[in-house]
Amino acid sequence: MSSDLYREQIIDLYENPLHYGSLEEPTFTYEEDNPLCGDVIRIDVELDENNRVKSAAWSGDGCAISQAAASLLTDDIMGKSLDDLRAYDKDEILEMIGVPLSMMRVKCALLCLKVLKAGAYGLPEAVVLRGTEQ
Amino acid sequence: MYDVQKVRADFPILNVEAHPGVPLVYLDSAASSQKPLAVIEAMNNYYRTYNANIHRGIHQLSEAATEAYEAARGRIAAFIKAPTAEQVIYTRNATEAINLVAYSWGGANLKAGDEILITAMEHHANIVPWQMVAERTGAVVRVLPVTADGFLDMGQLPELLTEKTKMFAFMAVSNVLGTINPVEELVAAAKRVGALTLVDGAQAVPHQGVDVVGWDCDFMAFSSHKMCGPTGVGILYGKRPLLDEMPPFLGGGDMIRRVTFGGSTWNDLPYKFEAGTPSIAEGIGLGAAVDYLTELGMDNVHAHEQKITAYALEALSEVDGLRVVGPQQASQRAGLAAFTLKGVHPHDIAHILDEDGVAVRAGHHCAMPLHKECLGIPATARASFYVHTTTAEIDQLVKSLHRAQRIFRI
Repeated sequence: MSSDLYREQIIDLYENPLHYGSLEEPTFTYEEDNPLCGDVIRIDVELDENNRVKSAAWSGDGCAISQAAASLLTDDIMGKSLDDLRAYDKDEILEMIGVPLSMMRVKCALLCLKVLKAGAYGLPEAVVLRGTEQ
Repeated sequence: MYDVQKVRADFPILNVEAHPGVPLVYLDSAASSQKPLAVIEAMNNYYRTYNANIHRGIHQLSEAATEAYEAARGRIAAFIKAPTAEQVIYTRNATEAINLVAYSWGGANLKAGDEILITAMEHHANIVPWQMVAERTGAVVRVLPVTADGFLDMGQLPELLTEKTKMFAFMAVSNVLGTINPVEELVAAAKRVGALTLVDGAQAVPHQGVDVVGWDCDFMAFSSHKMCGPTGVGILYGKRPLLDEMPPFLGGGDMIRRVTFGGSTWNDLPYKFEAGTPSIAEGIGLGAAVDYLTELGMDNVHAHEQKITAYALEALSEVDGLRVVGPQQASQRAGLAAFTLKGVHPHDIAHILDEDGVAVRAGHHCAMPLHKECLGIPATARASFYVHTTTAEIDQLVKSLHRAQRIFRI
């Protein structure tokens, strides 16, 4: 029996993630874990003077779904505005993943979005290293 | 002679397909066990033929319900060798039983500077209630470490278990490492310094013969749903003088002798700790589960699990990059194997196994400190075995692990 969930792209991203690492001078950085499974994701974002994403990086540990989603999301946000980041919808992530997920696995896929949004909204926990006009 | 195929026929759910055309291989009994027909029928029969509230009606149904519920208590007491049924208190689960002791005994007896000793392998249920009562009373929670090979670090016991220790709370069997702890030795050590003991028996009572008098522990907690019984009911056993002295946990009906607006007095054991209408069908169901296990014979159950565990450890050792946590010898452990597989996250293992109908658990198994602070890993996948597990199911587990490796190009 083949796997419906673990298609080539997911495994490719698990082996060779996109934008994995950290940034020297992020505008904001945020980290969150899923206490139920221990998955953890951190996202660094650097905005340019127009509040658009100049670079982004992620790091963390978790299942192939959470890791692939983080790769896809950090790739997708390049050039987007802060408002765009704040407006991301969960369906956009699920569409990027491209395979139907069970309720439990949806949480894996959406951890990166939670992290990105928490950072983009500048929650108190987010470390704002370089002030931006908002 | 233990006939596993005959045992399997007792569990209706084992005929259910996990996915169309894919048989179920249920290797998650440590999370919750499946139920034999006898248990399902006992509960069904209560609802169909004598459903009524207990301890209050004088009509026939209430009498029948009360009798069945109390008879179940008696058989549960006998199952763990408790001296009297009054020392067997129905709770919602093992977690509630531990909370009852922490709140009631702890609240009345702990003071600032007192110490509660737990172990690094504890389930959250035997960590958090003690942290909560420590917060309220000013007592301090200390932790007995676990060695690299998955045993309690007995060398550190003398330093941690001292005259300051008022309670030593520990699990009999680890739900992650599979370690079988030396309960009698730990209880004896606690007695030498005058500390009470609470044994979390959630992973022991379903799998081996337990004798609370032999253990000589002061309290013991376990859950019905891990031993062929229904969810919603658990047991607290306690020594009589302690239970007599302890204030009630929850207030309400059934736990009182007399209520006035000026105050109330408490009922006798065990009712003092059983406020409100309990889980009646579930108590009766646990009684049926105890009958079922007694008929199989706990020695037979234990021997079967030992055989399966030895087979599983051997089979899993042949999977490249797989590491089972805890003691490496089957004789030193209970019927479960939590493991990591190089290059495949536990969640992904569990997902791929599920596609083959193999049900395992992935995560920290409610032992987050053990995983993060002792094992240094965020999660494991866990296969756990019970009365109906076969070697063929272990073969399927290994086959599916190989498939996971192929999917992840290992």
